Amino acid sequence: MKNLKIFLNGIIKENPTFVLLLGMCPTLGTTTSAINGMSMGLATMFVLICSNVVISLLKKLIPDKVHIPAYIVVIATFVTILQMCMEAYLPALFESLGLFIPLIVVNCIVLGRAEAFAAKNNPWASFLDGAGIGLGFTLALTLLGAVRELLGTGKLFGATLYPENYGMLVFVLAPGAFIALGYLIAIINKLRTK
Amino acid sequence: MAYFLIIVSAILVNNIVFTQFLGICPFLGVSKKIDTALGMGAAVTFVLTLATIVTYLINLLLVRFGLEFLQTIVFILVIAALVQMVEIILKKISPALYQALGVFLPLITTNCCILGVALLVAQDNYKTFGADTGLLSGTVFAFATAIGFALALVLFAGIREQLSLVKLPKAMEGTPIALIVAGLLAMAFMGFSGVVG
Repeated sequence: MKNLKIFLNGIIKENPTFVLLLGMCPTLGTTTSAINGMSMGLATMFVLICSNVVISLLKKLIPDKVHIPAYIVVIATFVTILQMCMEAYLPALFESLGLFIPLIVVNCIVLGRAEAFAAKNNPWASFLDGAGIGLGFTLALTLLGAVRELLGTGKLFGATLYPENYGMLVFVLAPGAFIALGYLIAIINKLRTK
Repeated sequence: MAYFLIIVSAILVNNIVFTQFLGICPFLGVSKKIDTALGMGAAVTFVLTLATIVTYLINLLLVRFGLEFLQTIVFILVIAALVQMVEIILKKISPALYQALGVFLPLITTNCCILGVALLVAQDNYKTFGADTGLLSGTVFAFATAIGFALALVLFAGIREQLSLVKLPKAMEGTPIALIVAGLLAMAFMGFSGVVG
């Protein structure tokens, strides 16, 4: 029961994108389509789970004074592993996400969870927390990507729903990212206060 | 001429906040007042230029020994150490400047535009308009990018100062309206696209 609570906490109550407003750069930068948003979310989730588990295992060994640099090295290691695997097995995706893969290192969600959760809890709970927060992030990115893709090109996950000519191209371009996310957060605020 | 084009491109046409989506966290976080926006802009300009020069030189070493895959790890550590060092040195030699920039310095380590620009320059992944990719054009690019960041931050802070006086629907207050304003600003910056190559 407690484990389920930890897991759901990241998806709903502390959703990193809509509630905590963390990790905005990849949220805006990679969500040109639902697939891109989802892949970015899954990539971040991988790093989040691995770094959470390792940091929670190492928490007794890391001296308190250098804990932040130590966490950053752990996170950067997993990001490098991810980067190399993606370049080898998913080159097209790696190309389209571009700079945002190495930039997972400075995503405040990952370091934030290491500091706020993994440093205080056991590996299993940290794993669940990483999975929950990662899933919450993935859901948010997929939702934003789907909205932008649908409004911009009339497609959803690549399947055409209405002709592309009727789409508002601006939603795929930079300004649409800000505007779509702004309205999504407003809608979620409205639902939460009810 | 090529350097001039790099500067125009980095500040206006390919503005780092509005077209590249780097450095959004400080852009949303410290843009409530023009004063703090100026301070943050200055601190980022300083650190970004310095960090790009240092990481460029270190990258030469990594390439020399065939260790390019360590780029991400090494760069983030170098940037973190550099920010700490700048903080210590500023405190000692220029307390006035430290007073102005001090609070922003620790925040800069996790500002993704620093690592992002360092990686772009190390991978020669930016428009040079015919100039050689090297330390000089990398530094010019980094400096201009930082000025673009500061410009975006100050413009946005100016709008938000006015915006705080406006009556809004409850759900739109705070971040949502700020994001929509940023979207409109980004639309304005889209007008620059095509000005240079």
